[in-house]
Amino acid sequence: MSSSWDAVIIGGGHNGLVCAAYLARAGHKVLVLERREVMGGAAVSEEVFPGFTFSVASYVISLFRPRIIRELELAKYGYQVIPMDCAFQPLHDQRGLARWSDADRTYSEISRYSRHDAENYHDFKRTLTRLGRIAAQVISRPAPTGFSLQDLRTHTEMLPLIRDLEPHELQQLVRLLTLSAVDFLDEWFESDILKAPLSASGIIGTFQGVRSPGTAYVLLHHYMGELDGAFRSWGFARGGTGSVSLACAKAAQAHGAVIRTEAEVTQVRVRNNRATGIVLAGGEEISARRIISNLDPRRTLHGLVGAVHLPEDTVNALAHFTYRGSSGKVNLALDGLPDFTCRPGIGDHLRGDIAIAPSVDYLEQAFDEAKYGAFSSRPFINAVIPSLTDPSIAPPGKHVISCFVQYAPYDLAEGHEAWSLQREAFGQTVLDTLEEFAPKLRDHIEHMQILTPLDLERDFGLTEGNIFHGELSLNQLLFQRPAWGMAGYRTPIRNLWMCGSGTHPGGGVMGASGELAAKALLRERI
Amino acid sequence: MVPSPFYPRQSALSESMDWTRWNGYYAPQSYQLQHENEYHTIRTAAGLIDISPLFKISVTGPDSLALLNRIVVRDLSRLKENRVAYVVWCDPDGFVLGDGVVMKQDSETFFFMCNDPTCAWLQKHATNLNLTITDQTETIAGVALQGPCAAKILSHAGIKNISDLKYFGAMSTSIHGSQTWISRSGFTGDLGYELWFPSDQALSVWDTLVESGTGFGLRATGLKALDVCRIEAGLLEQGVDFQNASHMLTRAQKSTPFDLGLGWMVHLDRDPFVGQSELRKKQNSRYTAIGLEIDWNQTRDLYESRGLPPALPVEAWSSSVPLYRDHARQHQVGYATSGTWSPILKKYIALATIEKSYRSDSVQIELAVEHERHCVDAYIVQPPFYDPPHKRAPAA
Repeated sequence: MSSSWDAVIIGGGHNGLVCAAYLARAGHKVLVLERREVMGGAAVSEEVFPGFTFSVASYVISLFRPRIIRELELAKYGYQVIPMDCAFQPLHDQRGLARWSDADRTYSEISRYSRHDAENYHDFKRTLTRLGRIAAQVISRPAPTGFSLQDLRTHTEMLPLIRDLEPHELQQLVRLLTLSAVDFLDEWFESDILKAPLSASGIIGTFQGVRSPGTAYVLLHHYMGELDGAFRSWGFARGGTGSVSLACAKAAQAHGAVIRTEAEVTQVRVRNNRATGIVLAGGEEISARRIISNLDPRRTLHGLVGAVHLPEDTVNALAHFTYRGSSGKVNLALDGLPDFTCRPGIGDHLRGDIAIAPSVDYLEQAFDEAKYGAFSSRPFINAVIPSLTDPSIAPPGKHVISCFVQYAPYDLAEGHEAWSLQREAFGQTVLDTLEEFAPKLRDHIEHMQILTPLDLERDFGLTEGNIFHGELSLNQLLFQRPAWGMAGYRTPIRNLWMCGSGTHPGGGVMGASGELAAKALLRERI
Repeated sequence: MVPSPFYPRQSALSESMDWTRWNGYYAPQSYQLQHENEYHTIRTAAGLIDISPLFKISVTGPDSLALLNRIVVRDLSRLKENRVAYVVWCDPDGFVLGDGVVMKQDSETFFFMCNDPTCAWLQKHATNLNLTITDQTETIAGVALQGPCAAKILSHAGIKNISDLKYFGAMSTSIHGSQTWISRSGFTGDLGYELWFPSDQALSVWDTLVESGTGFGLRATGLKALDVCRIEAGLLEQGVDFQNASHMLTRAQKSTPFDLGLGWMVHLDRDPFVGQSELRKKQNSRYTAIGLEIDWNQTRDLYESRGLPPALPVEAWSSSVPLYRDHARQHQVGYATSGTWSPILKKYIALATIEKSYRSDSVQIELAVEHERHCVDAYIVQPPFYDPPHKRAPAA
């Protein structure tokens, strides 16, 4: 094998592929090594059952950076995202609550529960969009790594964004950074039915409850996406989320990058505090001038490098970087569509995301159980039926439902290995919960795939099953992601870099970590 | 989306099938295929315009004046019973959230009409106040009867003392047995009245007015005709000439009352109201609202030079058009927000926002002729463009 690679990228997730594409585009010889037989990492589409393609892990797209789409010409390589029109929340009685992209329609839906909330909803969305645009600026540039001259410039660039805020808006921003999702929403809305699904955005992928301080910020994280210029829209990638990764892979290949699948890296070779190459599972060694890891910080540094090669403060910092996966996934192949009691029949309300979040207390109680090591007996579920929008992923007339399920704590009271024994019960709990709103769902199920946090760790290398390569809490963002002094995509090992979502700005299929890592590398003139 | 209480009558009249959306209601743009007859009906006889989609809120109780005074920039303690007042209200940063009309029905009861939902905003500021806020948007229907014959039609419909009602006055009466509040106000700059009555009586009131008005040339008119009239009257429209600040993302998209030339309405020296402290700081606004008369000869010459007859904007437009200091379009000094050909004035007019510091009696307005952008002179004037004496005079 050639030993003259400019860069070897460990892991073919979407960030690794984005990074590879940027480096290859700049003329470098790039090799991507993926452990599995498919590309994409957690942004993957797989035909798990004949005729049914699942977005096995990550399932909706919004935050993927428009700049990457343009610069890598991803549309040319098959990147296509179809926006969702609706957010539907079934309830036990009445008609449930559907929020639409049309403001009048949403107004009349919400006013069935509270005219007050219907009136405030528009302003709420506007405020979060406004603040989300500031956050979007933050995620589009490298985080300051500390307070050097270079960093001060980054800080200064941010100032005009803040300066443009009116006094009242600045106040909102500070409250957003400090309050819990529910406390923040209490300032806008009176109806529990509206607050519940909104607050659920504040807990996705974190081991926090909707009443835990700091979760209001995570809510903002869901308001900085954009699709074709429309802020805060989420959509389905045609062909499943994996098609986003495949578009990145094709862009990388078009620029000359080489991609090898079923090539598991077991070790990063380190000599004199300098990375020189990697070792594959079969013993094959590959040398490269730069090694870039798409894996999370713990896997990269503890797993592939080894603590003996690391400075003590790095070892300490990595020990305090929390993962604490809190979610699982259930994917269903159906021969028909679910029929919700509160809104019977097949309608547009099924085409967007469907949230099982009937009340704030329901969500908080779901967290209570998780705190003490059990999965929620009635979990928060975010379900989507992408086959209604994209018929290519299921046989004609049949459907795919993807269910994101929280809470499913990695550390069960009986230990995380106990997940193997509880997987089936977890899946049945999800079906029981769904059937409370859509009876007889089970009659339609042809196949079922259950992914516990342990499965997410084993299948996708997501440490402790955390979907973001480490919690997206305020103490683990910006210059603290993954650790103070390690925010510039570098590691303490020379020539070893990181480009996964364990680095700034974090997870959510943004591609930003891969892009910013590549651009930092290119500034170094590798 | 819901139909208006008048929908059965409107749909029967709608030849154009031209509907738009207004606050979640279907509203007719015009009934006939062209709106021009409807416009001339308002200016020469009387037009009947459905204004039910406006948000209608009743505020009643000992503290109702205190609440409204806390919200709006105008001091309503000066408003007498049976009078209406045009008001705007602001966010805490002093930017306009909306405009509307307040009717004082008795010492403790106010009826509030506006174009954006405002109940939650009122409720938010009603803490510890002794009052009741009732959203009557669905239970109260409204029509505007606008035009020189409006008073005669109401008189013919049995409201004998209508001629006593002064400009911006209000009264409670009954039409065909329906309890009705009438104010002498409107959005056309003409003699006109706005009538409010229970939604379930909507059709009988409509029929009564149509029956009384037919001999006076009354006709149902749509929003396109209304739009031409309101520009002639120099009235700003929310969502067109200025925006609700709570929907906007940047400071440049928002306006203070001073930016809109509504500084006369802001009474700063009184008990606290929303936006008061920021408005004190923002009195020296950068912009003000003006009217424009676009040079007709230059416009015609441009068209003639392309071998075309001049194309008049007979329907009002409502998009932002840049205004420049110079013909070369190097220095922008403002923007026009809506404009129309005025059939009654025989002028091409527009409403605009311009930098206050700009000292000249004309600007250059951009005009596209045959895919090419040009500039013509536009003269700065103070609206209203059309202000007939019968708007305010005792009604005959």
